[in-house]
Amino acid sequence: MTSVPTTRKPFFRRRKTCPFSGPDAIPIDYKDVKLLQKFTTERGKIIPSRITAVSQKKQRELAQAIKRARFLALMPYVLD
Amino acid sequence: MSFYETVFIARQELSAAQVEALAANLTDILTQGKGEVSKTEFCGLRNLAYSIKKNRKGHYVLFNIDAPSSAVKEMERQMRLNEDILRFLTLKVDMLDAEPSPLMQSKQSRDRRYEIFEERDSYENLVEEGDKE
Repeated sequence: MTSVPTTRKPFFRRRKTCPFSGPDAIPIDYKDVKLLQKFTTERGKIIPSRITAVSQKKQRELAQAIKRARFLALMPYVLD
Repeated sequence: MSFYETVFIARQELSAAQVEALAANLTDILTQGKGEVSKTEFCGLRNLAYSIKKNRKGHYVLFNIDAPSSAVKEMERQMRLNEDILRFLTLKVDMLDAEPSPLMQSKQSRDRRYEIFEERDSYENLVEEGDKE
């Protein structure tokens, strides 16, 4: 009843869940550039999991995949 | 024997036939080492995200390999010596994926999978919110 997050926020925001966990999870693949790009900023930095709601375990996998994609020049290290 | 996945990037000046010859060469090395290449994918000429050795583009080739480590090691050694190969990455994998890789697939067929991300708020809004908490 007195849950803090709901009363503090004036608007309702659904808690996002990890897109790589659960029954219809998406596999993380370093070759899947289009998917990995969703988790990087316009400058090519990896977006922190507190923003994307990716679980800790999957965030590590995701970071590894992005770094592999960068090595193979599928994704940029820096974009400006 | 274990499963490996290798991606290599060949120089942009090579013709498609030359790239195929190169891939055939490497496949030979693996088969001689009692290995097997279950899938070879020529992903064509792609733009590189940054230039490697003055190349802006490269031919991407993917191998699915089931071979002993000695054969893979030999293949990697040959790749290192070959100046037509800009870069390669070999990974040990639990299972080989027989499906065409995302590098090959056309845009339309995959868009469906990303729909769940479309509702995601823009990055700027999320940063603002994240900082408040």
